[in-house]
Amino acid sequence: MKKRYVLTFPPHTLDEPLTYHIIKQYDVMINIINARVTAGEEGHLVIGMTGAKENIEKSVEYLRAKSVKCVSIKKHLKYSHDLCIHCGACTAVCFAGALKMIKPLWELRFDAESCTVCELCIKACPLGLFHIDFDE
Amino acid sequence: MSKQKTYDEINQKIADGKAVVMTAEEVSRMAEEMNPAEIAKKVDVVTTGTFGAMCSSGIFINFGHSDPPIKMKKVYLNNVPAHGGLAAVDAYLGATELSETNEKYGGAHVIEELIKGKNIHLKAFATGTDCYPRTEIETIINKKNINEIVMFNPRNAYQNYNVAVNSTGRIKYTYMGNLLPHFGNATYSTSGELSPLLNDPELRTIGIGTRLFIGGTEGFVAWNGTQFNTSKPKNEFGIPLSNAATIATIGNLKKMSADFIRAAYFEKYGVSLFVGIGIPIPILDEDMARFVSISNKNIETSIVDYGIHPNIVLGRVNYKELQSGEIILNGKKIRTAPLSSIMKARQIAEILRTWIKQKQFFLNAPVQVFPKNTSLNKLEVKL
Repeated sequence: MKKRYVLTFPPHTLDEPLTYHIIKQYDVMINIINARVTAGEEGHLVIGMTGAKENIEKSVEYLRAKSVKCVSIKKHLKYSHDLCIHCGACTAVCFAGALKMIKPLWELRFDAESCTVCELCIKACPLGLFHIDFDE
Repeated sequence: MSKQKTYDEINQKIADGKAVVMTAEEVSRMAEEMNPAEIAKKVDVVTTGTFGAMCSSGIFINFGHSDPPIKMKKVYLNNVPAHGGLAAVDAYLGATELSETNEKYGGAHVIEELIKGKNIHLKAFATGTDCYPRTEIETIINKKNINEIVMFNPRNAYQNYNVAVNSTGRIKYTYMGNLLPHFGNATYSTSGELSPLLNDPELRTIGIGTRLFIGGTEGFVAWNGTQFNTSKPKNEFGIPLSNAATIATIGNLKKMSADFIRAAYFEKYGVSLFVGIGIPIPILDEDMARFVSISNKNIETSIVDYGIHPNIVLGRVNYKELQSGEIILNGKKIRTAPLSSIMKARQIAEILRTWIKQKQFFLNAPVQVFPKNTSLNKLEVKL
C-alpha cells in the first residue's frame, strides 16, 4: 500500500532521526516529496509511505507518539468539489498532475495521492475552493 | 446557392416542434462528413455557449424609496461601493469593485449573493435636499424586497482571446490566471468551437436585440460591446486571430441562477465575475452553415507574453492544440490550461437547445447590425 502524509514537527523533534526509525523498524519505504525544515521552527515534511498497511499504520502511531502531526494528504488539502465550475485554472499550476481536466467531459479531478502540497492551487483557484487543514 | 431560410420559417418550425437544433460541437462533428449545403438543408438552429470570467459586468439596482426619502449619493452593498451618481435610489454595482474591508470580496460576490436570495447590507449617504431630506440610511435588502435588478454588462463574450504565457523569471498574477516563470504554463479562455461569436464571425445574426441565454435566464444583446474591433487580422476561415468583437448584454438578475453566474477572485489581480452566455445561431443559408461548421483546429489565436509591457505576440496556435493540454513554442513544450469552463459551456448550449425544443425560446433578426469597420483608439498621455 502507498499513502501520502503531511508531517508537522514541533521544533524539539528536529534532532531525532524519525524517518530512519520508521524505515528500520517498520520496513516502510519513504519518499520525501516536499520538505520545509528550519532550525528552531516547526518543520513540515510531505512523505509518501510504501509498505504493508499495518506497518504504515504503526509508523503513523510512532510519529504521533513523538508529537509529530500526521495528516493524510486527502485530509490535509481540501477541495470543495460541489462548488467547482471546472474552469481549469488550478490545472495551470499543478505540476504534480494531481489536478487534471478529464476528457471528454472536461471535468476537474483531484487525485490527492499525487499531490505534493506545493499549495499553488490555493492561490490559482478563482473560487477559492482549496483549503489546507492542519488538524489530524 | 441553396435555398435560404427566413427567421419566420425557422420560428414556425420551432412552433411546430419540427426544428432541428444542434449544438455547435455536434454540428462541427457533422461537418466532417457533410458539406455546408447539406447542413443548411438539415439544421435550423445551432446553439453555442461560454462560461468565463467577464470583468466588464455589473448590475443596475433600484432600491425603492424610504420614508423620508434619500437621494443616495454614496452607496455601499456589503461594504462594496456602488455608483450612486444617478437618480435617487438608482445605483450601478460593477463586478470588479472591491470591498473597503476585504480585498478578496467585491461587486461580483454581492451579485452572486443577490442571485442566491441572500440578505445584503445596504448603507447609503446623501447631502439632503428639500425633496430628499434623509442623509443616511442603513438597512438589509435582498432580491425580493427591492425593485429592479438588471444585469448590464458593457463587454462580454469576446470573439476569441489571447493565450497567455510568461517569459520572465517570476510568477505573474494576471486575469489570465497564475502564469509560471520561463514559459512554465499557458492559459486560454475561450470555449473554441462552442464560443458564440466564433460561430458567426461576420456577426450576420448577432446584433442589437438578439435574444440570448445569460446567467440561466433569457436576455438580450443590448449593443456592441466596448472595445468592439472588426479590424483584427483574420485567418483563412475568417476567424480573427485575437480578441476582436464583443457584445454588451442585458438580463433580469432576479431570474438568474448562481449555476451560471459566479464570483471569482484572481490572486493579486482582483475580483471578477464568471458569466454564462449562450446564443442560438439561425442557419439561414449555406454561408451560416459553413460558419457554424468551424472546428477547433481551424480556430486560431495568438500566444502573448503577459510578463512584459507592452505585451508582444510570440506565436499562433489553434484550439485543438490548446485543448490537447500541450503546445509547442520555439521548440519548447508548454502545458496549457483553460480558464473558461467547457463543461458549463456545453450545459448552456444544451439548455438553449431544450428551451427551443420546448417552444420557450424563439429567434429574432437583429434590430440593427453592428458597425462593420471599427478599430480602437489608443489613450494618449498628453499632460
